[in-house]
Amino acid sequence: MPDRRPIDDCVHCGFCLPVCPTYFSWASEMDSPRGRVDLARALADGQVALSPTTVAHLDRCLGCLACQPACPSGVRYGLIIEEARARVEDSNVRPAGDRLFRAFLFSLFPYPARLRAVAAFLWLYRVTGLQWLVRESGLLRLLSARLAALEALAPPVTWHHLTASLPARVPAEGTRRARVGLLGGCVQRVFFPGVNEATLRVLAAEGIEVVVPPGQGCCGALSAHAGRPAEAARLARDLLERFEGLELDAVVTNAAGCGSHLKDLGSHFPGDPALAARARAFSAKVRDVSELLAAMPPVAPRGAQACRVAYHSACHLGHAQGITRQPRELLQGIPGLTLVELARGEECCGSAGIYNLVEPEAAEEIGRRKADAVVAAAAPILAAANPGCALHIQRMLRERGAAVQAAHPIELLDASLRAARPRGG
Amino acid sequence: MGPLTEAARGALAARMADVVGRAHVVSEPSELLVYECDGLTHGRTRPALVVLPGSTAEVAEVVKAARAAGAPIVPRGAGTGLSGGARPVPGCVVVSLARMTRILGVDLENGTVRVEPGVINLDVTRAVAGAGWYYAPDPSSQGVCTIGGNVAENSGGAHCLKYGFTTNHVLAARLVLDDGLVLDVGGTAADAPGYDLLAPLVGSEGMLGIVTEVTLRLLRKPETTRTFLAIFPSSDEAGDAVSQIIAAGILPAAIEMMDSLAIQAAKAATGLDWPEDCALLLMDADGPAPEVEHVHRRASEIARACGARAVQVPRDEAERQLMWKGRKSAFAAVGRISPNYLVEDGVIPRSEIASVLREIGRLAAEAGLRVANVFHAGDGNLHPLVLYDARNPGEEERAAHLGGDILRLCIRVGGSITGEHGVGAEKAAYMAEQFTPEDLDTMMKVRCAFDGGALFNPGKVFPTPRLCGEKPGPYEPHPVERAGLAERW
Ligand SMILES: Cc1cc2nc3c(=O)[nH]c(=O)nc-3n(C[C@H](O)[C@H](O)[C@H](O)COP(=O)(O)OP(=O)(O)OC[C@H]3O[C@@H](n4cnc5c(N)ncnc54)[C@H](O)[C@@H]3O)c2cc1C
Ligand code: SF4
Ligand code: SF4
Repeated sequence: MPDRRPIDDCVHCGFCLPVCPTYFSWASEMDSPRGRVDLARALADGQVALSPTTVAHLDRCLGCLACQPACPSGVRYGLIIEEARARVEDSNVRPAGDRLFRAFLFSLFPYPARLRAVAAFLWLYRVTGLQWLVRESGLLRLLSARLAALEALAPPVTWHHLTASLPARVPAEGTRRARVGLLGGCVQRVFFPGVNEATLRVLAAEGIEVVVPPGQGCCGALSAHAGRPAEAARLARDLLERFEGLELDAVVTNAAGCGSHLKDLGSHFPGDPALAARARAFSAKVRDVSELLAAMPPVAPRGAQACRVAYHSACHLGHAQGITRQPRELLQGIPGLTLVELARGEECCGSAGIYNLVEPEAAEEIGRRKADAVVAAAAPILAAANPGCALHIQRMLRERGAAVQAAHPIELLDASLRAARPRGG
Repeated sequence: MGPLTEAARGALAARMADVVGRAHVVSEPSELLVYECDGLTHGRTRPALVVLPGSTAEVAEVVKAARAAGAPIVPRGAGTGLSGGARPVPGCVVVSLARMTRILGVDLENGTVRVEPGVINLDVTRAVAGAGWYYAPDPSSQGVCTIGGNVAENSGGAHCLKYGFTTNHVLAARLVLDDGLVLDVGGTAADAPGYDLLAPLVGSEGMLGIVTEVTLRLLRKPETTRTFLAIFPSSDEAGDAVSQIIAAGILPAAIEMMDSLAIQAAKAATGLDWPEDCALLLMDADGPAPEVEHVHRRASEIARACGARAVQVPRDEAERQLMWKGRKSAFAAVGRISPNYLVEDGVIPRSEIASVLREIGRLAAEAGLRVANVFHAGDGNLHPLVLYDARNPGEEERAAHLGGDILRLCIRVGGSITGEHGVGAEKAAYMAEQFTPEDLDTMMKVRCAFDGGALFNPGKVFPTPRLCGEKPGPYEPHPVERAGLAERW
């Protein structure tokens, strides 16, 4: 009897249609989860060949995984799309320019050192006024929508981004309640050094000792989601080895995309059972920072932060890891803070890993919807637990001229803890 | 492919693109394949084209163009139908209403809302919930299925026991006819003069025209709602309780029944801590608090007297929601306990629930297959789910056969072959067992009055290929067929 494949779990009920951002945008079923499963099945069965059209529908999937929790039949859509994308990557169906652009991205993102070089360039770019020139002249848009997307996304880089580094160990304040390892992340570390710093301060204040294993690279999430399994496995293995043998109660991440990938690492070493077992043991310890904190009664006093905060549920936190309650609870635990929900709050913002770089038009359409919802929520601060989301939504808000500041929930909690401390403490 | 040549198909695609825009015409085979079926997956047909119009005017032009090209039309909403109603027919143009999702007007003073056909059932309630109103018919697929599909299927749901089916909540509709003419039927007046053309439209399974606007009746949200769950040793006692509750004149808003296999599936999908080896009745009482209290107390007493082991209420609103989610996702959740399944949809007198379920169990054992039951018990609307594994040779046929036997059983006990999912492509063959030739001819006359050329959804509902004006007797090509406007299959 032929083996049952993940695509065979789909019963065609359509329950996944309304949650899919691309189906919501275009209403065509090729751009719905059910349609993509049909497409993946037809590809696997050899009923259709890879063509620019089939690839376009697979590429337009955000990988946001909203369809997964919506599916009563338990279809593991994430596996299906990764496999279909690997099929695309292995083929020559993409135009050469497209392949080059992807190769360029993947020679950049997984490498914090290279990203830091980009950051240095971006800093110069901003302080020398070149940015103003390029943005005003519309030069990039003339060259390519994709390069323009990359440019528009670039966060305002300060000197701090270039020099920030993480300590190897931060002791717990007061009685030690746990010992955890911190995952630095690639984009997070370089473009949002403040998030890691806030995480370290909050964990320490909550009585949690943190070690930061040196030499960490990327976890491989971006590569895996884009159908580059070999690269993903290499990166994941390297990371795994840096955490093994450290006697940790948990491995903590503050980037949703990394967390969801690392919790399911076992499935990424199909050819190596021993490594897969080690990966599963590692995965069992991975916790999002909000998950870890929500599971322990708070000990550090919270100071008041009188503000309205809108919450953006990052897909790889909410849909992929089912973490929806914990970050909201952490924020609601801050005295004076009013948490507001966004319309279609569980919908992807369009950032989706490298999506906003390779599918800029679709990402902008979906991002504009999110920006509208944020503006309608009338909150000066947007809490988002993923660096990609923060970059993308901020960019869409910037384009609308809206003055909303994005912050990681842990940064808001950090501000609250610091406000509760005696001055100078 | 059907009657269209490849060149004609290309020309039609170009014409459609002029009407709706290039982005809203689907014509590549690798794209069309996702439209080959609806919620019923065995039996697939690739359409010639899929067109997604954005307005009534565009629908009218699309209809004219398809008719001129001799291509039949299959309307489609969300494609959740379970009888193959939206399954394409060879050479057809699928007209998807999925882009027509605007809520056109809310009139709370008169308790009505006017919507486009692609609006999702639950989005109607979402639009008016803030003001304390809701749209009552609640198919389990309500978070997905469209109002256009609901009108076509006269869809029901758990709470239709107290509030009635779609037909009781549609006040008016706009319809594009086979010649592109736009017709408004019904109205908000209590009783309009002349023939009530809405009546045949609701439940006509997309065979009279394309619905492009619907005016719906809204209801005030009940003052209170209480959900309770009665746990029985088996379907025998549960079935008994259903008929006794209704016979006692108690009217819960919903009485849903699940047997042990269905419970397993719902638990797997939601993580509910329901007991497994039993049968459940999930009930809602709603209305003013004293009424809710009364219905809850009396229904619980009767359930216990019939042998219920326990009657429980959810701990909090979250658990209440989860219980209903468990019930509403049960069909698709069966995908977790079986590789394939067939959803049947039959109606029986409530008094026969226990005996019919026993007989279904016997038939299933005979066929060597499992049947899960999760259904609108208050209405006697059974949904036996025949579980099978298509990878085992012959099993799919055995399942289809068992499904047929179950439907015949429903007819035998004085019921019918569909409660709410429609006849579609799937049950056309059983229509001749349910109805006399005169009944069917009368229905066909209604069809022909609207759509004489069998442009919309041909080959559905009617048992043998029937066309307008056809005389019983030996086969002779119908004038419409000879003209190339329709064909038999
Ligand atoms: C898991 C699951 C649970 C379900 N539970 C229920 C339930 O509790 N009760 C129930 O009644 N049904 C139920 N259904 C069946 C289905 O959801 C309903 O029949 C629904 O009304 C179909 O709506 P749709 O938008 O998906 O229509 P489709 O499946 O796309 O089409 C259904 C029929 O309507 C026609 N049609 C669609 N739109 C139009 C239009 N604008 N004008 C004219 N004709 C049109 C089509 O041609 C077709 O014949 C369930 C289905 C699933 C998968
Ligand atoms: S992952 Fe997101 S974009 Fe892709 S099919 Fe699922 S819901 Fe749609
Ligand atoms: S919800 Fe799941 S089973 Fe239903 S169509 Fe979508 S993927 Fe398939």
